[in-house]
Amino acid sequence: MFGYYLDLAVRSLKRNKMLTALMIVTLALGIGASITTLAVLRLLSGDPLPQKSSRLFYPQLDPRPLDGYMAGQTKPDPMMTYQDAMYLLHARRATRQAAMAVLQSKIIPSQPNEHPYFADGMMTTADFFAMFDAPFQYGSGWSADDDDSRSAVVVISDFLNDKLFGGSNSVGKMLNIDDRQFRIIGVLKHWAPQPRFYAVALRGHDYGDGEALFMPLQTARSLDKGPGDVECFQDVTDLIHLETAPCEWLSVWVELNDSAAVTSYKSFLDGYVKEQISLGRFHRPETSLLNLMGWLSDQEVVPSDAQLQTYLAFGFLLICIVNTVALLLAKCLRRGREIGVRRALGATRGAIFTQFMVEAGIVGLTGGVLGLALAELGLMGVRHQPAEYASLARLDLQMFLVTFAVALVASLIAGLLPAWRACVIAPAPQLKAA
Amino acid sequence: MTLHPMIAALRKHKAGVVLIAMQIALTLAIVCNAIFIIYARVDNVRRQTGLDEDNLFLVTQQWVGAPSGDDPASIQKLDAMQREDLNTLRSLPDVESVSPTNSLPLFPSSWNGAISLKPGAELRAGNARSSYYFGDEALLKTLGLHLIAGRDFTVADVVNKGMRDPSEPHLVIVTKALADKLFPQGDALGKVIYLDGGSMPTTIIGEVERMQVPSTGSWASTFVWNSTIEPIRLNGNFSRYAIRAKPGRLDAAMTAVRAALYASNPMRVLDDDSIKSFKDIRAEAYRADIGMAVLMGVVCLILLAVTAAGIVGLTSFWVGQRHRQIGVRRALGARKIDILHYFQLENLMIAGTGAVIGIVLAIGLNRVLMQNFAMDRMPVIYVLSGLAIVMVLGQLAVFVPARRASNVPPVVATRAA
Repeated sequence: MFGYYLDLAVRSLKRNKMLTALMIVTLALGIGASITTLAVLRLLSGDPLPQKSSRLFYPQLDPRPLDGYMAGQTKPDPMMTYQDAMYLLHARRATRQAAMAVLQSKIIPSQPNEHPYFADGMMTTADFFAMFDAPFQYGSGWSADDDDSRSAVVVISDFLNDKLFGGSNSVGKMLNIDDRQFRIIGVLKHWAPQPRFYAVALRGHDYGDGEALFMPLQTARSLDKGPGDVECFQDVTDLIHLETAPCEWLSVWVELNDSAAVTSYKSFLDGYVKEQISLGRFHRPETSLLNLMGWLSDQEVVPSDAQLQTYLAFGFLLICIVNTVALLLAKCLRRGREIGVRRALGATRGAIFTQFMVEAGIVGLTGGVLGLALAELGLMGVRHQPAEYASLARLDLQMFLVTFAVALVASLIAGLLPAWRACVIAPAPQLKAA
Repeated sequence: MTLHPMIAALRKHKAGVVLIAMQIALTLAIVCNAIFIIYARVDNVRRQTGLDEDNLFLVTQQWVGAPSGDDPASIQKLDAMQREDLNTLRSLPDVESVSPTNSLPLFPSSWNGAISLKPGAELRAGNARSSYYFGDEALLKTLGLHLIAGRDFTVADVVNKGMRDPSEPHLVIVTKALADKLFPQGDALGKVIYLDGGSMPTTIIGEVERMQVPSTGSWASTFVWNSTIEPIRLNGNFSRYAIRAKPGRLDAAMTAVRAALYASNPMRVLDDDSIKSFKDIRAEAYRADIGMAVLMGVVCLILLAVTAAGIVGLTSFWVGQRHRQIGVRRALGARKIDILHYFQLENLMIAGTGAVIGIVLAIGLNRVLMQNFAMDRMPVIYVLSGLAIVMVLGQLAVFVPARRASNVPPVVATRAA
């Protein structure tokens, strides 16, 4: 029976080729546009560390002077001073904790005829790798002792290892960074959380390949490496000794395993701030302890352009659906006689309804296939844009299924009204009029 | 022709009429807002930086093995290296003028602070936010800035200091926008200001007509024209040089610079993107804006095409359905032109109703965008132009099926349907 409906539907669609094509193309355009932007938005607002993000927290304090302070309205600063970061690090009140800042280094190849090049990286502390689940291909990270003794060790990324050593095990080899010899102690597997949540406050790049290298914070500072961004809240006379300057330039992340740990860490932060206020070093009592996703939305990491494009795409899809409904409806209302004949020959209302829904379904599926092709084209266009995240725009299986669901549901909604109208037509007058 | 029979006829096609009107309303709402967004972006991109942008390019380079300390000896060594680079660049045949600089308008690196009229003011509570540019006596000439009051820097004014040395300059040149913000009476020349909450007095010796700050981000939108130029060569392990090539010799100069710098001192890093023409700097700064404008434009066109196609499709059906009625009217003496007018008027009524709803939706959508995306209020002209576009579109779309309807011969009325 279903085959018969299919046959009827195809015949009826063939009768108005132009119009059928129009329905399918408009639906496909709407679907293509909305799926393309949805893929980009998902990419931009995704969870960078799904298995762990609920246990990672970002403590914030506010060391600024009272000037411009409005109780309850002023948010604490996104970065931290060295003194506060080190206090939190050494207090060890969380399961793990690490301080970090972005770092730009010069890598000097051992071949004399090659020019040096820049590499982005992080200066951080020992817990970084375990806390963020960064996987090692060879070797391991450094220890807290390495932090304290300013060891000249470095962890490098898979892509830097490929470039320098052709991907072989390079642990123990020496690498010249900024005119100083470093010993490689670990090589990471591919690790590039999207977005790079840990560098958001530090003015690093939000998306992209991840870091080329990691070195102990104290080692980098002993080489006089400055961070990417420094925010000073008082007049500064000395930017060389950032450790003692009234400036914020570090991020601290902590790992807390349950809600009790979160509550106790927050009260520990509040207690620290109260103590600093009584010492006269702090003036503002606000603290904050957001989890990873909360922190990303607080920092508005998703570009508003991408949101705007998504709204636009769905408005577009809506118009395309309205258009398809109108065309299907007009088409069906002219088929009173055909329906009258079929009803007179014994077709039930259900049968007529099914037949019309099959017809709408065919339009939807074809629109879906074409929409998918258009979405693939659209994403190709996105990948050719020079934005940092562009190369990651892909259509995954889930997206693929969503596309079809959207296409089918949209067309069935479009078919509902005409199908309903068709099956309530009384057959007799239709036959008489002929 | 009275409207009464037409309305009676439309009652027979309630669903179709409602859908077409809805589609026109939604199209109008989206199209007006999209045109408004395109205009805002284009307006942003068309701002004049105040520079003479042709023949200008920027070089960023870093020395290898340069001194890294902040002691006077290291700083003087770095300054000597920088002066050597400047001499190298100035001696090139295709180069007209060179100045050291820390950044340029639209270049993604900026040095920002606040300026006050009193010493030791709180850093964040200055009288005016400003971005700082550092250069020597050739900066104004190299960038093509227009001096409108006071004087340019001389060789004697220019000093050098380490990048992390917090001391402030004795003299600065400011943009007219910043001068007027600090001194609304327009008497900024020769006045004393204090940079970044310091207590060292700085004198304004000149005003340039216009110079945009580097950042195009929304956070800098409140002080886009507040630039301060300091007569300082900054010394660090990297340096930037703004270079004006002789007219028409830009490519030749850009090629020559790389070779000349390596020849004078090979211990340096020059990446692929270390040498950038101002044209490229501008293109990169506004890439997202232009991309958004293009996308919006494409969406608008497709949307209008879809809506027009919908109107054509639906009207064609109506014409087919009313074949016999049209024949009857023709047999009773209606002219072709009457039939044509009938369908055009019908479309005008439906589109008009849709457009009225669309105007309300457009304004509502603009409110939503204002709240969520910090967009401006849409002027009435956009709503009106959107309205004109959809009405004309409706009339054009209905013309083809309406003309087919007017060609129905009267004899059709005598035949069975």
